[in-house]
Amino acid sequence: MNNYIVTNLPEVAAIILFGIGFSNLLLARNLIKKIIGLNIMDTAIYLFLAAKGYVDNAVAPIVPPGAVDPDLYVNPVPSGLVLTGIVVSVSVTAVLLALTVRLYEEFNTLDIDEIVHQLRVKDKEAIR
Amino acid sequence: MYKGTRIQTLYNLLSIVFTILLIGILLYTVSELPVMGDALHPANNEVAAHYLVHGARETGALNAVTAMILDYRAFDTLGELCVLFVSACSVYILLRVDAGRKEEEVEALDRRYEPWNDAILSKAFLFLVPAVFLFGIYITLTGHLSPGGGFSGGAIIGAGLLLYLNAFGLEKTERFMNRIRYRRLNCGALGFYFLAKGYSFFVGANDIKSVISVSDQGNILSAGLIMPLNVCVAIVVSTTVYAVYLMFRKGGFNI
Amino acid sequence: MQGLIAILLALLVLAALAVSASRKLLPAVIIFMSYSLVMSMVWMLLQAPDLAITEAAVGAGITSVLLFIALKRIGELERDLEESEEEIHLSSARGKQEDQSDV
Repeated sequence: MNNYIVTNLPEVAAIILFGIGFSNLLLARNLIKKIIGLNIMDTAIYLFLAAKGYVDNAVAPIVPPGAVDPDLYVNPVPSGLVLTGIVVSVSVTAVLLALTVRLYEEFNTLDIDEIVHQLRVKDKEAIR
Repeated sequence: MYKGTRIQTLYNLLSIVFTILLIGILLYTVSELPVMGDALHPANNEVAAHYLVHGARETGALNAVTAMILDYRAFDTLGELCVLFVSACSVYILLRVDAGRKEEEVEALDRRYEPWNDAILSKAFLFLVPAVFLFGIYITLTGHLSPGGGFSGGAIIGAGLLLYLNAFGLEKTERFMNRIRYRRLNCGALGFYFLAKGYSFFVGANDIKSVISVSDQGNILSAGLIMPLNVCVAIVVSTTVYAVYLMFRKGGFNI
Repeated sequence: MQGLIAILLALLVLAALAVSASRKLLPAVIIFMSYSLVMSMVWMLLQAPDLAITEAAVGAGITSVLLFIALKRIGELERDLEESEEEIHLSSARGKQEDQSDV
């Protein structure tokens, strides 16, 4: 591997955070921790995108009126994409939490294996 | 059910191996990427240069990101407002409490560990809530001149509404934000966004001279349609945040 | 500047590991709130102020408040309070027993 690992430090951290969030999604038994894991994955991807737009020795893209030299400023395009993503992530979290609360009121547990087990038992009794 | 069994340990082991494999492949991909911060990066092409060089003159906004999301790529922002609206509707469908069990159960759920109209909260938030609202309105209105804009301003105004609700109770909040007003504000803001951007697209596609002109930059009333659209976005975001919170706490609006 | 970014990124990874490893839900949500704030600081250092303001308001504000409200609605906060009261009871009873056995 090249030594780009040292120069691309935010991108490497974004990948590691993505992996941690993904393992949270797979291994956690509680539904709320799975939702937190999904949120960690989301923010890791936004960190990767924001690091893509960074230019060395450049400032934030607030341009003064008049003639502008585009080499002095950071790339504004990934910022716009991430702004949309943050709001969509909050909407998805709200809907998932509403579903979790309803599941808890029906089955009285937050463990996903327990819920599937109770559903199977209910199906067997309904067939009989 | 599978908690102590061998299938569970096998599943855990396989998950960890799969995650490490995923991280390894992605890290190898990152090592092939160009150095971060390079000015000759393939992502820094002529599109970004055009937005930076001509953005302030064509749209009137000094903030290049606001010029991009509310003028050059306004359709994406419209889609995102629709996503917020749909999520508010979904939460409403899932968590609505019927009028029958509303009275006793919801009151019991709400008051279990919460003193009614706590004195510390009321006195402290008397100073804090106007400051939060003022800050949110300032960030929304100067979205085209400095960092900020509709989304962050809307989130701050929504947080101010939540503070007001927690400090002073539902009765006083119902005086200025009830179900009818929420519906009118939300649908009105979305409809105005549709009409304004529809007019812009129609005028731009047919090469007609637009009525709305871009005046001198740096002024708060410049930038054409961007400031009203920022206000629309802030209204939609703040009312959605308030409505979702109210669904979780009380199961519905009072009226 | 590079050193500051490196320290903050290490803090992020540490916070994510702490969220995975915690058994109770309330500390996990609080650590997630601090993770959001540190992420907002990293974006400020990468010269993206719009993202920093929005993430501070939305991530640490709205998402964390929604998680707390969901925890309260399923009764998790009271269960947490009862469990910690039981632990305090048990540890104080054990302490009294040791004192008596010493005497």
